[in-house]
Amino acid sequence: MSDLAIERTIAPQWLSVKLNWPTKVALGIIAVLVICAVAGHWLAPYDPNATNLVGRLQSPNAEHWLGTDHLGRDILSRLIVGSRVSLGSVALCLVLILGLGILVGGASGFIGGRTDQIIMRFTDVFLTFPTLVLALFMVGMLGTGLVNVIVAIALSHWAWYARIVRGIVLSLKHRDFILASRLAGATRVQVFIKHLLPATLSQLLVLATLDIGHMMLHVSGLSFLGLGVTAPTPEWGVMISDARQYVWTEPLLVFWPGLALFFSVMAFNILGDAIRDKLDPHLCAEHGH
Amino acid sequence: MTSSTLSVEGISVETTRHGSPLVLVDNVSLTLGAGEVLALVGASGSGKSLTCAASLDVLPPGTRMIADSVSIDGSVLQRSTLRGRHIATIMQNPRSAFNPVRTMQQHARETLSALGISTAEEDERILRAMKASGLDEPERLLRLHSFEMSGGMLQRMMIALALATEAPFLFADEPTTDLDLIVQREILDLLDHLKRERRLGILLVTHDMGVVARLADRVAVMDGGRIVETAPVTDIFLRPRHVITQRLVEAHLSLYNRSEVAA
Amino acid sequence: MLAFTLRRLLLLVPILLAASLVIFLLLRLGPSDPAMDYLRLSRVPPTPQALEEARRMLGLDQPIVVQYLDWLWRGPSLDFGNSYAPQRPVLPDLLYYLPATLKLAGVALVLALGISFPLGMWAARYRDRFPDQSVRLLAFFGVSMPNFWLGFLLVLVFSVHLGWLPPMGMGGWSHIVMPAFAISLMSLCINARLLRASMLEVKGQRHVTYARLRGLSEISVERSHVLRNALLPIITATGMHIGELIGGTLIIESIFGWPGVGRYAVSAIFNRDYPVIQCFTLLMVGIFVLCNLIVDIVYAWADPRIRLSAEGVQ
Repeated sequence: MSDLAIERTIAPQWLSVKLNWPTKVALGIIAVLVICAVAGHWLAPYDPNATNLVGRLQSPNAEHWLGTDHLGRDILSRLIVGSRVSLGSVALCLVLILGLGILVGGASGFIGGRTDQIIMRFTDVFLTFPTLVLALFMVGMLGTGLVNVIVAIALSHWAWYARIVRGIVLSLKHRDFILASRLAGATRVQVFIKHLLPATLSQLLVLATLDIGHMMLHVSGLSFLGLGVTAPTPEWGVMISDARQYVWTEPLLVFWPGLALFFSVMAFNILGDAIRDKLDPHLCAEHGH
Repeated sequence: MTSSTLSVEGISVETTRHGSPLVLVDNVSLTLGAGEVLALVGASGSGKSLTCAASLDVLPPGTRMIADSVSIDGSVLQRSTLRGRHIATIMQNPRSAFNPVRTMQQHARETLSALGISTAEEDERILRAMKASGLDEPERLLRLHSFEMSGGMLQRMMIALALATEAPFLFADEPTTDLDLIVQREILDLLDHLKRERRLGILLVTHDMGVVARLADRVAVMDGGRIVETAPVTDIFLRPRHVITQRLVEAHLSLYNRSEVAA
Repeated sequence: MLAFTLRRLLLLVPILLAASLVIFLLLRLGPSDPAMDYLRLSRVPPTPQALEEARRMLGLDQPIVVQYLDWLWRGPSLDFGNSYAPQRPVLPDLLYYLPATLKLAGVALVLALGISFPLGMWAARYRDRFPDQSVRLLAFFGVSMPNFWLGFLLVLVFSVHLGWLPPMGMGGWSHIVMPAFAISLMSLCINARLLRASMLEVKGQRHVTYARLRGLSEISVERSHVLRNALLPIITATGMHIGELIGGTLIIESIFGWPGVGRYAVSAIFNRDYPVIQCFTLLMVGIFVLCNLIVDIVYAWADPRIRLSAEGVQ
């Protein structure tokens, strides 16, 4: 995708990613998402939870640009406010996954020896589960609800990241600068935080960005199944689920939330590709989950 | 097949660097006779390998051929017909030339099938060719993969494949560069033997003047994509005319602490 | 090769054991009380005595180790206990719904591989030209699309608008094509890109040049040298695709009213029906691990470097 069109390199202070037009569009979409997530309640034309059974199932018109749902709620408003849940849950997921991954993988690689072996076996067990099945199981154990879905998805994805972190740590552990640092008297924790962490973090961020789209799909997938948010909180997956009985009569109800998801995932995928192409074109992005 | 002369005329290869065309091979012509070894020498980047690749139309991506013709005994032939049938090839680093996932037998069979040789005749030809290359136990070797064989054996296998096609000409692109000294000597002896026995015409691309001295009958010196001098091998060493040739000869002699060649 | 297969088959046992341990422990460490859920699902008011009785009946008053061993013990005899809700044996119910899920996932796999192959090869052959650009664009859209949304879009187009395909239920190919396609799209796109990249990488390798130098036709070269080698990473990737496809099937089933284990499992999750959740998870993990094993064996057979070292040849 980065071969498309002409490339102009613009260099903001910390990230000089090639800004061809797809990347600019993607950044634009993400910016819109973030704004909606943060300021949704002010931006939304109507209260997303205000029901109005008289005006239900309206087609898009001047008052309700995207129409209303089966309870008369304005769809555009629900989409805007729903971005908070979608973005927020993915962000939380990421934090959890990276945290767990760095903690477990980093410790395992750094300590080495038998502890490493044991921890890796433990991680391997998690890797034998297909991710959605593991997420379903976690929800089964923790109960339904948005937070549980976030935790469940985090717990089903972290193992892969832990392995990556361990790999990076193992490859860097014996380098001279680490040795020098230790000789200078730094404790192992200090060495880890100061030297190993930055290196792993940059690679991890690239991988994580490529994965954000995937995680959004899983979160909304579980919500679609009804295991996530509770009514009436707006969330794109749940909106699709609510609209399914109206597929024959009001097909647009199903269309809008899915479109929002589609564009968001696509934007993050473009961004992830651009970052990866810039930083490390040989990274394997096709790790399935 | 009794062909006596291979003529390569006016080969030019070009690429684009920083938006403007860069000529890599400039109007190169050579002739190769049956039973003779023509060595194509020069420093790295002089265009020797590209000349061979262009003659056979296996140029790397990003390069283009301009104006060319290759003819045998006077008649121009299509590249796709030349490959394997009239001109066989052996390359440096034979290990990477074989597909690690396929056996030697599969390589051999497909080579001969491409030439339209019947399956019955295939096996016989292959075994004969392998024996002529100095490979013992050809039946066992045929079942092996490239990673199970040594570099010397693989090079002999390449030669065997070339022999099995009974092509009258051979392009040898740095065939001994990656091999250890003893194996090098064996391969060179083998090539020499085959040249005499089968009247193979060999175009030998090399940067090693020692190999040239050992094997070549005539030498063409390349520099910057052009041929700067062509002469019989003794003349090249004793009376080098072009400055590049002189430098090559001097550099070679300095390795042995000599300042002139003992004729 | 046979020894290799047997050894890998034997490895299944400790893997499944470890998974079952994790499943069991995690469930027990969960926040809610199984006895409570049991009573709720049996519609018995949770008086302290009822709770105690339930605990005893479910064996929850035993130490965890005993509980685990008991569950494990009953495993080989395929007794996974009764579900809390309808009080029926769990495994037979799951096995009743399982074939439908496997069938759907299987067709999705066939679609994913079958469509991605020609697309990937086409894109590789005409690198950077129209076929390549269009495949990459298509793949890009496909990877970003939520599969459940796609399911609805397909229903909208092919059932609501055109009336060509039935929107629900199980049946012949006309029932299976939409859900299978919705499930397969993401893996299809990833695989097409992977095959393209793999083929382009192999095309640049020297053994391909040597094959051409020996006089092989372009078709021959592509078949025996490029494709043959390019397929190896694809085989490995298939294992990962299977995991994704299983997950997708569980979600898509509900859209198309496909009578598979997905719906059964989701309602069990809602009800906190632990025996069902346990058994379902273990079953899915077992299938996934088995599929990966098959993939590993196919790979070892396809790549002589692995096959020969597996057979102990140096």
